[in-house]
Amino acid sequence: MNTRILHIASNTFREAVRDRVLYNLIAFAVLISGAAILVGQISIGIERLVVVNLGLTAVSLFGVVIAIFIGIGLVSKEIDKRTLYTVLSRPVQRWEFIVGKFFGLAGTLVVNTFFMAIGVFAALLYVSRHFQAADGWILVALYFIVLEFLIITALALLFSSFSSPLLSAVFAFSLFVIGSFAEDLRGFAAMAPGVTRWLATATAYLVPNFSSLNIITSVAHEQPVAAQLIVANTLYALLYAGMAVCGAVLIFERRNLK
Amino acid sequence: MRPSPRITVIVSVLLVSCLLSSILLLHRIDRLRSRAPLQDILYVSSPKVLKRLSLGYEGLLADIYWTRAVQYFGGKHYIHSAHYDLLAPLLEITTVLDPHLTVAYEFGANFLAPKPPYGAGLPERAIALNEYGIRYNPGDWHLYNDLGFIYYTELKDYVHAADAFARGSEVPHAHPFLRIMAARMAEHGGEIEMARMMWTTAYQSTKDRSIQANALAHLRALRVDEDVTLLEKLVSRYKASTGHLPSSFYDLQSAGFLRAMPVDPLGHTYKLMADGSVEVRAPDDLPFIEKGTPPGYIAPPPRFLPSDLDGSAKN
Repeated sequence: MNTRILHIASNTFREAVRDRVLYNLIAFAVLISGAAILVGQISIGIERLVVVNLGLTAVSLFGVVIAIFIGIGLVSKEIDKRTLYTVLSRPVQRWEFIVGKFFGLAGTLVVNTFFMAIGVFAALLYVSRHFQAADGWILVALYFIVLEFLIITALALLFSSFSSPLLSAVFAFSLFVIGSFAEDLRGFAAMAPGVTRWLATATAYLVPNFSSLNIITSVAHEQPVAAQLIVANTLYALLYAGMAVCGAVLIFERRNLK
Repeated sequence: MRPSPRITVIVSVLLVSCLLSSILLLHRIDRLRSRAPLQDILYVSSPKVLKRLSLGYEGLLADIYWTRAVQYFGGKHYIHSAHYDLLAPLLEITTVLDPHLTVAYEFGANFLAPKPPYGAGLPERAIALNEYGIRYNPGDWHLYNDLGFIYYTELKDYVHAADAFARGSEVPHAHPFLRIMAARMAEHGGEIEMARMMWTTAYQSTKDRSIQANALAHLRALRVDEDVTLLEKLVSRYKASTGHLPSSFYDLQSAGFLRAMPVDPLGHTYKLMADGSVEVRAPDDLPFIEKGTPPGYIAPPPRFLPSDLDGSAKN
């Protein structure tokens, strides 16, 4: 990777750590350990199911909130603090700045998810007393959650490149909700007649498809995940995130920063 | 600062390529996921729990579950499945979330009650669903009609069918047909005519394309059954008067038994077999027919729903 992008990415990561973003891990640890102890006492036969469902949902929601609220400030904060001018006065291109910011936040989320994953597996070990082969699929679910973060980070960055932080948060969160119902949206489109059907289908294919990245309930039920789905979802997330970052670059290249 | 044209071109090309590739990939993911076993699992099966989880937005959730029920049935039907295990719970969830979504009861009567591969083969669940619908929508005569329909077509239970039609006929602005059906059921005569009236009403009183296609297929099948019965009777009468079987329908025409060449509802002429029986030319295109098929004929999986014709269910 370009060293300038690497520097911006590492600075973004450091800034997130300085902003106490990783403090959410404490809240997560309290939640998951509390759930593990409580579930062990009140559930019969579904301890594993509850811990996996709750743990992975918490990982996903904590990460989405971080991706949106940090992502929307990546550009605007730099402009407000006027640090952006210092960066761009050096031999750093605007697209490098955007791409570096994206990798910085993505890295933060990966590290955050790594620690949360340890928490999920620790809680699982506590309630089940041992690991089983099917627990390996939880890693795939976590991987899909990281892919989900990549898309949301890219979208938050895209919106923050042209809009205010508040509106960017609204746009990003709305797309997250719509994307979570992407399959149902395509279902509705398939039922619509004529031109409406084509328009609805086009819209349904344009919004991010988070529903195929959410396999939490199926791995909680110890169902395997097809290798083809892992490959397809990886490519999809990379392409969609790439598209959003390209959009952010195009807008930011033309933005008047005076 | 002016943007670099080189970067603009490269990034624009990248953006368009990513967009197109992601759409193509999504199409592939949809196909992968539709084959995944998790399609057959309903993780939250309790309608009451779902209602609480909906946080007051049960109308929207009902619409989503309704779409899922239709997609589920269409998808299963498309792959010629004989099992529709989730259809009943999906419809039950939909109607608990929104008891006034009457199209769901109608769908249940048409596709929950019939035997596989035409439906889920659960007439009792379909009856319970319809009774639930009537409790919440007592002024909707269609629901009584559907209930009588299930009792008559699936269970041949004339007493309960007559009761359902009679209850429906007392609803203000009910279709006059319900009173006739109640009387007919009480005497249970004229089966084909009765069935034709029911399917015609089913066709006319719905806007759902799948239900209309189902009713149309049944109406065609009834006409074939009636035509074949009539033609075979004419062949017998010809044999009685001439002492031999006709070699073709022209013989029947020349003898004055027929005015024109008989054609089936799809426009194909019927076939007169050497033993005097009558067959349709394309039995595969006429689902539900009980007469006019070659000896030992096994009907293929039915393909008469709109989703079969436009292929939307496979996606």
